[in-house]
Amino acid sequence: MNEQLQLDFDKIIKTLKISEKEIQLKKSFLKKFIENGFPNRKQEDWKFLDISQIIKKNIGELTFFNDYSLPNKIDPSIFVNGLEHNKIIFINGRIEKIDFNYEDQSQIEINDEIGKNIKFNYENSLIDLNNAFTNKVYKILIKKNYSLKKPLIIYHSTNNKIKSKNVNLSLNFELEENSCLRLIDYFSDNTDKNFVNILYNFNLKKYSILKNYKLDKFRNNNLKYSFNNIEQDDNSISETFILSAGSDYFKNEVNCNLNGEYSSAFINGVFSLKENQQHEIRSTINHLVENTKSYQLIKSVLGKNSKSAYQGRIFVDSKAQKTDGYQLSKAILLDETSEFNAKPELEIYADDVKCSHGSASGSLNENSIFYLMSRGLNYQQSKELLINGFLLDVVEKITDSEIRNLVKNIIGLKE
Amino acid sequence: MDTREKDIEKLKDYKYGFTTDIENIKAPKGLSEDVIKFISNIKKEPQWMLDFRLKAYERLKSLKEPNWQKPKYPKIDYQDLYYYSAPKSMKDKPKSLDDLDPKLLETYKKLGIPLQEQARLNGIAVDAVFDSVSVATTFKGELTKHGIIFCSMSEAIQKHPDLVKKYLGTVIPVTDHFFATLNSAVFTDGSFVYIPKGVKCPMELSTYFRINASQTGQFERTLIIADEGSYVSYLEGCTAPMRDENQLHAANVELIALDDAEIKYSTVQNWYPGDENGKGGIYNFVTKRGLCKGKNSKISWTQVETGSAITWKYPSCILKGDNSIGEFYSIAITNNHQKADTGTKMIHLGKNTKSKIISKGISAGFSDMTYRGLVDINSKAKNSSNYTQCDSLLMGNKCGAHTVPYIKNKNFDSNIAHEATTSKISEEQLHYCQQRGLNPEEAVGLIVNGFCKEVLQQLPMEFAVEAQKLVGISLEGSVG
Repeated sequence: MNEQLQLDFDKIIKTLKISEKEIQLKKSFLKKFIENGFPNRKQEDWKFLDISQIIKKNIGELTFFNDYSLPNKIDPSIFVNGLEHNKIIFINGRIEKIDFNYEDQSQIEINDEIGKNIKFNYENSLIDLNNAFTNKVYKILIKKNYSLKKPLIIYHSTNNKIKSKNVNLSLNFELEENSCLRLIDYFSDNTDKNFVNILYNFNLKKYSILKNYKLDKFRNNNLKYSFNNIEQDDNSISETFILSAGSDYFKNEVNCNLNGEYSSAFINGVFSLKENQQHEIRSTINHLVENTKSYQLIKSVLGKNSKSAYQGRIFVDSKAQKTDGYQLSKAILLDETSEFNAKPELEIYADDVKCSHGSASGSLNENSIFYLMSRGLNYQQSKELLINGFLLDVVEKITDSEIRNLVKNIIGLKE
Repeated sequence: MDTREKDIEKLKDYKYGFTTDIENIKAPKGLSEDVIKFISNIKKEPQWMLDFRLKAYERLKSLKEPNWQKPKYPKIDYQDLYYYSAPKSMKDKPKSLDDLDPKLLETYKKLGIPLQEQARLNGIAVDAVFDSVSVATTFKGELTKHGIIFCSMSEAIQKHPDLVKKYLGTVIPVTDHFFATLNSAVFTDGSFVYIPKGVKCPMELSTYFRINASQTGQFERTLIIADEGSYVSYLEGCTAPMRDENQLHAANVELIALDDAEIKYSTVQNWYPGDENGKGGIYNFVTKRGLCKGKNSKISWTQVETGSAITWKYPSCILKGDNSIGEFYSIAITNNHQKADTGTKMIHLGKNTKSKIISKGISAGFSDMTYRGLVDINSKAKNSSNYTQCDSLLMGNKCGAHTVPYIKNKNFDSNIAHEATTSKISEEQLHYCQQRGLNPEEAVGLIVNGFCKEVLQQLPMEFAVEAQKLVGISLEGSVG
């Protein structure tokens, strides 16, 4: 694989118009990735789902070269209907269109950020891979006191023109004081067995609000990895909702640093999995100063041969008194072959805190099914009703009513 | 004698911190095939036992010390330890308690377990382990009447080789992790219990461990077998004298419960935790594992961990038999610079298996407490259930309390529920108690005892009293 990496990397460098300094930087990331390789189950964070094995089994050898100098045709049929929105369109990892037509253009700045790779203090070779291969990194800045009128939908789409087996993309957002962004990640895939690697960085200044909804609904055979890093200043709020249902493999990681007082983070997730799907959410919330708050709710419904994992970590620094941290994960196993893994972790160094977590898993309650059937529903209907109710609980946590309705429509939930 | 008294004077915080002047026989320093042969030889072991040890040693060479745990410790030089140390006067084994070295008996008195007293009054049979060799086994007559075998491991190897051969290493194989394998290679002594079919052991069996000589590692091996339909409750208490250097304690405990059998294993661990600045103290790296082999069997672990510089252990249950039950009740208290990484593993393999975990962690001073547990329900373990509750209490903002549960559910018929909370002692509670005339330390002791109530209830009477006192002593100086 290493030869392939080097070969494809050289090809990509040739097609990109970037400076020598940027090339060197990318080379250093590639070197680091080659040294460490894909993460495997020996690493604690990858214990439940071993991505190196999954890639080997599902894709085999990866290839990395795509000609990013050529544009792709945008297929408008992928667009979301019934909701006015701004668009960023990624096709096969290339940004084809950035469209903020509903907004005051002077309040949004879009900068080409290539060369300024996103850096964190984080041991994760997939981030190195991303930094080495992303063709363009944009920074989107929302100016002070501006709230976007319409949500922004980022379309992640792949089509059969793709040449590589790996797609890397990355965006950088900055929300200035008192600004607000509603962001939807919308996945539609028309390819088979690609490994998609997404990296977002959010910088939330005082009083800003970020709402991020990741919707992976349509069944496809791709493997996906997404990493969100969120830095939060005083009184800022971040809300992340993850619908994890479409891909063969999807691991969502959210790393949230609550750097400012009275900042809060919410993470809600739904797994709805069927045959051979393996999905994971891993969240890390770092409470670093006083009076911060976090809330997490993850629910799974697991069908035949599917597997979901939730690793949630709440870290409370010794300075972070008066922290409020809550974490709950629940799972319904529908079949003998389904599997649920959880590792809800608390790491606490301050004494005046309220932190708790809970985890429960099991099958559908036979008594509830009996109750519904005695009211005239058949077995299948009763089951569906119970599962709907179970999942609706998480969807109701979405604070934006427009998007809540969209999500309900997508999942097919009715009240 | 003088030095001993000085020791007591100097370090009187730890009431068990004294050494006894008894000449020791030590194996040559270091770990090698020769040392293992020396140990085996001095204990007059049969060939198969030596082979067992050498096999473990062979395996050990290829193993690395694990390093995933939370409390890190300075590297242990395994070549700088004595692997065998026995009081010299033990060469000719005493026939009865009266023949014992009076100094030994004195030591036990200070520990609060005068053998004769306990033997006569409490009706507890004590198998005291003093620096690796079992000193005396009391109350043998009564036990023999029921056909119960309760003796030291070395005695069992000589007298009951069939049983030892059949069960030793079946729960913790020689190919296990580093410390367990180390123990398999160099273990010196320990307790052996066999309860025959249908027998309910009429008394609580008890061992008192104590590390005496400096620079010795304590490697006991305990094996408890409860045959069909039997019941046994086993108590284990540990203390060690104060020393500046750290001492290693790496014991292996194996429990085997056959059909309808029940084993209850209680530990009160009060090893020397090091001084206020975190110097010295015991490294308690123990492997405890129980196998519910037969149908309807039950294994219950109860532990009160107040000592040791570093505690790192996970008493586990493998629920293999259908309808078997595993329980784990734990209180872990860390103060000053103590560190603990403890919890349990419940591995459900059989149908209708149930497990329950109640863990209470209390950290004060500069200490660090981690609950780490695994609940694994196998795809064949139909209709199984687990309930886990782990609560942590923090005192002050220099300490840490962590919870790391691993939950794996591979069976759709089974339920797992897990809850964890972290809290502190509220000002109101303290105020209320003080208003009623308690001083702050008494108030904390009372509140903490209430917090631990669910676990303390599980201990046998004699132990519960001691444990309650220990809880109070361990937290001295943590408020104010």
